[in-house]
Parts: sequence; structure tokens; C-alpha cells
Amino acid sequence: MSSLAPPAEQPQLSASRSGECIIRFENVAIAFEHPVLEGISFQLPCGETKILLGTAGTGKTLILKLVLGLLKPDAGRITVLDEEITQMREEELFALRRNIGMVFQESALFDSLTVEENVAYRLIEETGRFTDEIRARVLEALRFVELEHTIDLFPAELSGGMRRRVAIARAIITHPEILLYDSPTGGLDPVTSNTIIELVVKQRDVYQTSSLLVTNRLQDAFTMASHYFDREQNKMLPVPDGSTRDLNTKFLILRDGKIIFDGTAAELLRSTDPYIREYLS
Amino acid sequence: MELAKENVEAVQDYSLLAGRSLSNIFAQPRYFADTLLQADSVGVGSLPIVILTGFFTGAVLALQTSSTLQQFGSLSLTGKLVSLSMVRELGPVLTGLMVAGRNATGMASELGSMKVSEQIDAMRAMGVDPTKKLVTPRVIASVVMMFFLSIISDLVGLAGGFVISYFLLGLDPSQYWTTAYQALRFGDVFMGLGKPVVFGFIIASIGCYYGMSAKGGTQGVGRATKQSMVAASVLLIVSDFFMTRLLMGFFQY
Repeated sequence: MSSLAPPAEQPQLSASRSGECIIRFENVAIAFEHPVLEGISFQLPCGETKILLGTAGTGKTLILKLVLGLLKPDAGRITVLDEEITQMREEELFALRRNIGMVFQESALFDSLTVEENVAYRLIEETGRFTDEIRARVLEALRFVELEHTIDLFPAELSGGMRRRVAIARAIITHPEILLYDSPTGGLDPVTSNTIIELVVKQRDVYQTSSLLVTNRLQDAFTMASHYFDREQNKMLPVPDGSTRDLNTKFLILRDGKIIFDGTAAELLRSTDPYIREYLS
Repeated sequence: MELAKENVEAVQDYSLLAGRSLSNIFAQPRYFADTLLQADSVGVGSLPIVILTGFFTGAVLALQTSSTLQQFGSLSLTGKLVSLSMVRELGPVLTGLMVAGRNATGMASELGSMKVSEQIDAMRAMGVDPTKKLVTPRVIASVVMMFFLSIISDLVGLAGGFVISYFLLGLDPSQYWTTAYQALRFGDVFMGLGKPVVFGFIIASIGCYYGMSAKGGTQGVGRATKQSMVAASVLLIVSDFFMTRLLMGFFQY
């Protein structure tokens, strides 16, 4: 009927890429007035969530913008969904970006559009009109973030936490292959932050979407690495001791433009690096 | 050196944006609804100020020139003088300056706010080209609306001149309108209708350029708004000079 991808296809799509590398950075460097990233290399396999940590100004958000092609690196190669984006023109990148969802730090909702129009934005752009199918998809996405009742409100009428949840709904409505979260809990109170993290965990465990998540809150990062989403109880629960459940969540720590750690939560806690010990404390 | 480099880069960025805004006209998708909305904002929204400035410019023109014309016993030429001045020069330029003041700044502040709150990046991240969605509709709307607003400005300017000529100078109405009409040649009308098209393009492209390149929070938006007004007005007057010279040569004035 339309070019909209049916929601049920997403887990199959991810499964078809199982084991593949979704994002690959090879010796990526970028500088503005001074070098920000210097020879960064890492991979994001399909279905994995990688949490980017580091002090302010270490280039975490920059990595997300490089993945989207919003910025070009000065050196190195970036491959996203089997396409080398480093040399791609802006027009070519638009098609690729339709497979990526991004939650911006300050939500970046369109302030002159309602919640419904914001969430439906990408689908309306694809089809050129607002259909009943799109409305159903908007409701589904808003139900996921438990904000159906805000459908007719404007972003200015929502709280900070609600705006982030709408931004998540907008990012996931097309069930993208990659999700990028830029400090989704930044500036929020602990209770609201927990709600947002629960949504991120829910997205990870229900759709197994490959994700990069930037955060400055270690507590959020460890919550993600130690909790899973229980579909029956419809809430986030801690992984029981001794469980072999693989949460597919890893950590990547940046310092002075370089990666100083790339591994699991357990490996991070075992690290003897003095900087990491101090960072974790 | 650094300043020169920045200026060259700014000219390059502006040229690229202006070029893309034009080439987008022939590319899919076309945002017809957005163009209509912008046409309403630029055209209908600017109508009151264009009518007011046009009317009083025509009126003051008749008033100022009447004493000089009277000295030579040529008061009957008031209609001709108002007509030529309004159609060839004042109508398009004053309309351009009014529309620049209202719309170039409006575009710069609107797009600037979207830029600093990452809404433009969000648009790009969702696979939507901001130049197609935001810039091209504004350029088309401004070009088309400037054309019609200038015609309206010319007409109300002539009406303003007529009010002064008839009520204060006691000129015969048919004499005023006949001399005003007969004074105009094809070259005058072409000049009067060609300039607004270029002005419309300058206003929208400059407003959008400063908006899309705004940075530095709300202060940056304010700076972009101010710069867009200054740049659009100066460019408009400079381009008016060159167009006038070119067209005068072409039509052998």
C-alpha cells in the first residue's frame, strides 16, 4: 500500500544482519580549533548497544553526528549499514539516514508542530500525506513511550522528560536499524531518567535495535548493563545473580580524543587503569 | 587574513545555498503546501506596509516635485514624473526594503532558532533536505510575491500622487492619469517588473543563509537577524544600481 515498513519486520531485519558489523570506525580523526577525535576505531555489531562514556568535550556527541554524516571526518573511514559514508554526498546520505533514528540531547522537536505531527514527520515526508495508517503508527509509537494522551499537544506544553519520550517515539516510529541516543537523560530528575532508561532498555530487548548511547550518568549506564525488560510484567527488572542472559550491552570510554576502553560492564569493573578507576569512583 | 578567509567562505556558502535553492525547483520532492504558506506570509503579510509606504511615497513625490515643475510651468507633468519614478525605481526598491525588513529578518530568526535548537539537524537526521523543505519554498514565495507586491506598490503610489495632484495642486484627474500612462514605455515596465524578481531572490536567500548559519544560542539568532537585514538591504540597493545601468543600456535610455 505504501512504502512504510511494517513494524513486525524489524526483528527479522535485524536477525538477517545478525553478527554483521552495523557501524565501523577506522582511524577516524576530526579537529576544529584543536583535535577532538584522534584515530578512533571501533565496531558496533548488529543488535548490540554501545554506551559512550567520557568527560564533557571528549567528542561523544561528535561520534553520533559522524555516524549520521552530519559532519565529515578529517581522516579515516566510517562504514554504516555496509556503506562507506565518508565520501558520500549529502543527497546520498538522506536515503541512508532514513534507516537511523536519533534522539537529540535537547529533544530537537519541531516546536511549531504538535506531538502527532512531530512523531509522524518522517512517515509524512515519505508518503507525502497523513493517512490513517500513519495515525495508527503514531499511536503505536506513543503507546510505546506511554504518552498517547499528549498527541494533540505542542512540545512547549510538555515537561522535559515527556519531550525526551516524544523524541524517542519519533526516532523509533520507522523501526530503524540503528538508534542513536544523545544524553537522553541529561538534565532530568532521577525518576524521569529511570523512565527514559527503561524505554531504552525496552527498545533494546523488544526490537534488538543496534544502538549507540551517549551519557554522562554512570548510574544509567550500569542500569542498562544490569537490567532487562520483562514483556510479561511490562517493566524493567534486574538480571538475577548467576543468570547467563546476554544483554548485548558494552561500554566505550573516551579520553582526550582516544578510546581508552571498549568492553563489557564486568571488564570495566575489573579494569586497573587509574583514570578509569577514578572515573568510576 | 583570518577575516578575509571567513568572508570568502561565507560568500562560497551563500553561493552554494542560493544555487541549491534554485536547482531544487527541478528536483523531487516539491513542497507545494509549504510554498503556499510562505507566499501567504510574505505576500499577504507584507501587503499593509507595502500599501502604506507606496501610497505616501507617491504622495510625497508629487508634493516635492510640484514646486520645481511649477517654476517651469510644467505642473501638468506631475503624473508623468510620479509614474516613471514609481514604476522604474521607487516601487520595486521601497517594496524590496519593506519586504526585506519584514521577511528576511523573519526567515533568519525562524531558521536561526531551528538551527540553534538542533531542529535543522533533526530534519537532516530524518532524511529530509532542509534546503528543499525550508529554503526553496521561501525563495519561490518571495520571488513571486515581490513581483505582485511591486505592482501594487506602483499602483497605490500613483494613487498617492493623484490625491496630492487633485486635492492640493488642483490638476485635472484625466490629465494626471493620461500623462502617467503615456509616459511609460516597454523598457520602464520591464525594469519595474524585472527588478522585484531579483530582489525577492536576494531577500529570501540572504534571510535563509543567515538563519541556516546561525550559531551561539539566542545571541547568535539575534546577530543573524540583524545581519540578514543589513546584508539584504545593501545587496538590494547595489544590485538595483547594476540592474538599472544594464537595462538602461539595453533599452537605450
